[in-house]
Amino acid sequence: MSDVITVNASGLSCPQPVLMTKKALAGLESGHVEVLVDTATSRNNVSRFAENKGWKVSTEERGGGYTVILEK
Amino acid sequence: MDRVLTSRNGPWIAGGLIGLIAVALAHFGNPGNMGFCVACFTRDIAGALGFHRAGVVQYIRPEIPGFILGSFISSLAFREYSPRGGSSPAVRFALGVFAMLGALVFLGCPWRAYLRVAGGDWNAIYGVGGLIVGVFIGIIFLWGGFSLGAAEANPKPAGLVMPLLAAGLLALLFLAPKFGENAPVFFSASGPGSMHAPVLMALGAGLIVGWLAQRSRFCTVGAIRDFLMMGDAYLLKGIIAFTVVAFAANYGLGKFKPGFESQPVAHTDQLWNFLGMVLSGLAFTLAGGCPGRQLIMAGEGDSDAGVFVLGMIAGAAVAHNFSAASSGAGIGAYGMHVTIIGLVFCVCVGLMFREKGE
Repeated sequence: MSDVITVNASGLSCPQPVLMTKKALAGLESGHVEVLVDTATSRNNVSRFAENKGWKVSTEERGGGYTVILEK
Repeated sequence: MDRVLTSRNGPWIAGGLIGLIAVALAHFGNPGNMGFCVACFTRDIAGALGFHRAGVVQYIRPEIPGFILGSFISSLAFREYSPRGGSSPAVRFALGVFAMLGALVFLGCPWRAYLRVAGGDWNAIYGVGGLIVGVFIGIIFLWGGFSLGAAEANPKPAGLVMPLLAAGLLALLFLAPKFGENAPVFFSASGPGSMHAPVLMALGAGLIVGWLAQRSRFCTVGAIRDFLMMGDAYLLKGIIAFTVVAFAANYGLGKFKPGFESQPVAHTDQLWNFLGMVLSGLAFTLAGGCPGRQLIMAGEGDSDAGVFVLGMIAGAAVAHNFSAASSGAGIGAYGMHVTIIGLVFCVCVGLMFREKGE
């Protein structure tokens, strides 16, 4: 799993989690990206952004937040 | 219902309902085009508590504690109550102060800017234009890596402060105690502060809107930001529905009065209508959301948003105590000064707060 890209957007205000996700996905044709966020709003925003870009999205709850898993 | 509110159509539905409720509140007694105005209402609360002594704008507007408590209850019910804080709170306090100062130069928060347009107040077109420019300046900083830093999870009780403050305000509203001669709680006998919908109706409206906005993430600044920045129209749908439904309801009730002159709680100094909202739009964008959204996040347990709201209360006191607030007669003697100082402050914040590595 060394090719997993992790983006830690936990605790950041809107729209920074989406911006960081956008940056991480830029130029990426496929891969496995995990975005760490702390609120349901950020979880939804990151999920919606990635889905619109054609990524398969799943989310997991973790202590104090969520992991948004993006795969393509 | 919750599935609908959190779906892609959620903003349409929430925005439309909030627009309808806003016009209903104005119809049943709130000042003209002021079904909801987070800035004006917060200013009225500051006045009721005696933080400023402008006698015509003093009333504990139940809509504001309603927003916080509606969001608090909703976030508990849907397991989204999440106490957090620690992202440059003093800066957020100052942003709240300046957002309020800008809003009181224009005479309305972004919510009221749209409601004013929906009522035919064309002066507000300059305000909405200023709002868009302010948000755009904020976007430039965001592209450059602007960040106030990460918040951290707080102990569970930390998120209770703002809901408790909201409950305390409601207690003061219903009990209406007097803390001495010429001391609060003050309730305006004339002017905008004396005009209000029935208390329980306004409180109910606030609670419902708090719930709707918590579920749908309704944000009048995020709507512009996300659309301009990423072409994402998700939140924009909310303010389009909000404005269109408010316009239709105003029209149906015969309250649509197009023009520039004699508009309720408005002035015609277009340069400062514009610049006041540039300041507000920029301050809200740097803080991550519009004033309504800050109240909603405060209800969810976000102490940083709570600090921003406290900053808005302080800003209202500054605006009236230092003759910076506008009135129907025009801008205040020091309205220009605070707007320029605020813009300089916000630009400095935008330039100085960057994530490492950007």
